[in-house]
Amino acid sequence: MPMEDIDTDQIIPARFLKAIDKLGFGDNLFYDWRYDKNDQPNPDFVLNNPLYSGKILVAGKNFGSGSSREHAAWALHGYGFRVIISSFFADIFKGNALNNGLLPIQVSPEYLDILLQTISQHPDTRITMNLPEQYVMLEPEGEKVHFEIDGYKKMCLLNGYDDIDYLLSLKDKIVEFEKNRSYVPPPLPATN
Amino acid sequence: MKHKTLFDKIWDDHVVESVDASQDILYIDRHFIHEVTSPQAFSGLRERQIPLFRTQQTVATADHNVPTINQHLRISEPLSRIQVETLTKNCADFGVKLYGLGNPNQGIVHIIGPELGITQPGMTIVCGDSHTSTHGAFGTIAFGIGTSQVEQVFATQTLLVSKPKRMRINIDGKLGEGVYSKDLILYLLSRLTAGGGTGYFIEYAGSAIKELSMEARMTICNMSIEMGARGGLIAPDEKTFEYIKGRDFAPQGEDWERALAYWQTLYSDPEAEFDLEYHFDAADIEPMITYGTNPGMGIKISEQVPREIKSAKPESFHKSLDYMGLRPGQELLGMPVQNVFIGSCTNARIEDLRIVAAFSKGKKVSPHVRAMIVPGSQRVRKQAVEEGLDRILIDAGYEFREAGCSACLGMNEDKIPAGQYCVSTSNRNFEGRQGPGARTILASPLTAAAVAIHGKIVDPREYV
Repeated sequence: MPMEDIDTDQIIPARFLKAIDKLGFGDNLFYDWRYDKNDQPNPDFVLNNPLYSGKILVAGKNFGSGSSREHAAWALHGYGFRVIISSFFADIFKGNALNNGLLPIQVSPEYLDILLQTISQHPDTRITMNLPEQYVMLEPEGEKVHFEIDGYKKMCLLNGYDDIDYLLSLKDKIVEFEKNRSYVPPPLPATN
Repeated sequence: MKHKTLFDKIWDDHVVESVDASQDILYIDRHFIHEVTSPQAFSGLRERQIPLFRTQQTVATADHNVPTINQHLRISEPLSRIQVETLTKNCADFGVKLYGLGNPNQGIVHIIGPELGITQPGMTIVCGDSHTSTHGAFGTIAFGIGTSQVEQVFATQTLLVSKPKRMRINIDGKLGEGVYSKDLILYLLSRLTAGGGTGYFIEYAGSAIKELSMEARMTICNMSIEMGARGGLIAPDEKTFEYIKGRDFAPQGEDWERALAYWQTLYSDPEAEFDLEYHFDAADIEPMITYGTNPGMGIKISEQVPREIKSAKPESFHKSLDYMGLRPGQELLGMPVQNVFIGSCTNARIEDLRIVAAFSKGKKVSPHVRAMIVPGSQRVRKQAVEEGLDRILIDAGYEFREAGCSACLGMNEDKIPAGQYCVSTSNRNFEGRQGPGARTILASPLTAAAVAIHGKIVDPREYV
């Protein structure tokens, strides 16, 4: 998807945020681009074109801008994407993606253009993503292009941990911190 | 670091521990929640079979999904009703204070926090909503988080986050007549663009900022996120302390003296260095409107739609204009508008309503315009009624509704029809934001009022 600035309202329109669990968001991914006013598949939209498929989404710069809604990451993951490649990601979206088994990979604008053009001309293009060695490459003979990822996030993704497991293990330190603060705002009343 | 920015002072004060040299475990003073981004986080607690760690530091409201008329009746839309009922049940189960429908303090989460005196300088504040940056107006580190992070805070009252870089935007001089803080932030957005603040936390400073009331400051900080920034703050001063004093949950007695002593240390040291700094002259700012489909695509009301912009490829730019039904070089003054929405966490406080009422007094909303006023909270609404603003507004032909997020994002019934324009005091003009095919034009409350009365885009300064 070569479009730039794909915002969270496009990835998952607000009217779909009414769910109370994490299921089913994949069905509504890019809804207003995928479907027309009569809820019929829009033939011009890439996700409705059977020639294009896979777990990697390659998108124009500033992917995921806008809202902090994590539902955007759930929608992409629910649909089946596991990797997004772009030249720039919005901050909050990036964090939400990493927390949900969805890997955002930032590459140079030049390489992004190469990928977009290659895929557009050859819908059956294959891209390999190697997380332990941190590279992506166009099959069969492309160069290995390195990407950055925070060491902690990498470890979590590879092992299926989440941040909460980690933080819960530090409860004692948190309680200690609370006791040693130089200024503590007076507490709100307890709820009955 | 000897000379610290205000952002550094507050951040460093809240770090429990650093992880991996790239992330900190940040302690969170206040956690606001609402019905849209909390359900899965509560479910997570149930699945892990753990309690909500600090219930007294958690405050809930129902705002995104709620109707803005007949709030005393059962919510008719089933999914909305389930979400709101789920929040009520979760708060009861886990012991969280809820300002829900029917509560006199219910309202948009970023309006009720400051109103109740919960938001105080020096705090770290988070919420599953990107406009949490609003609370930065009080000299806080406040930012939006995703639902998994909501769960982190529920479980441990901390967040694993990386520290953003520091930016300062200085605006000096005086804003002209008819020019407000909303115009100021739209102006900054047009200069810095929708991605210009990504990776940064912004401090707004300068004489023009200091002149602003607390409500006006909240409008500025609210839209920091539209620049891609993590958040934005303004150093607290006498105006801040005056605003907080005496509110429901403001410190009292000795606590007040202790709080004041701490709050007075909250400023950037004169020699503190920022990673990036900008300077602007307030006199350069005019009433602003947006023409495109992100908040950075704005122009002065007297200017024409650009033919191209540096921050977007021509394809994207033209797609945006096509969606909006506008042409490069087009002058927007005189363009008919079908809807006006005065509301949202950006501009739905009492000062905003006063501006609209003062402009509209004795006049009538144009016959082809639907003009909605949605006060930001029940308190704001009550105060508006006490001041007689409701009579002025209703007589002029505005709908005077109840509190909620409403048409800002159209999750409830308040949607803008496809193809119609809406001049809105809200914060986002993305495609379909206010309803599929809706065309949003962002503006200040004064500009919105002028458009409502005249039925078309006008320069409000001509009528003031």
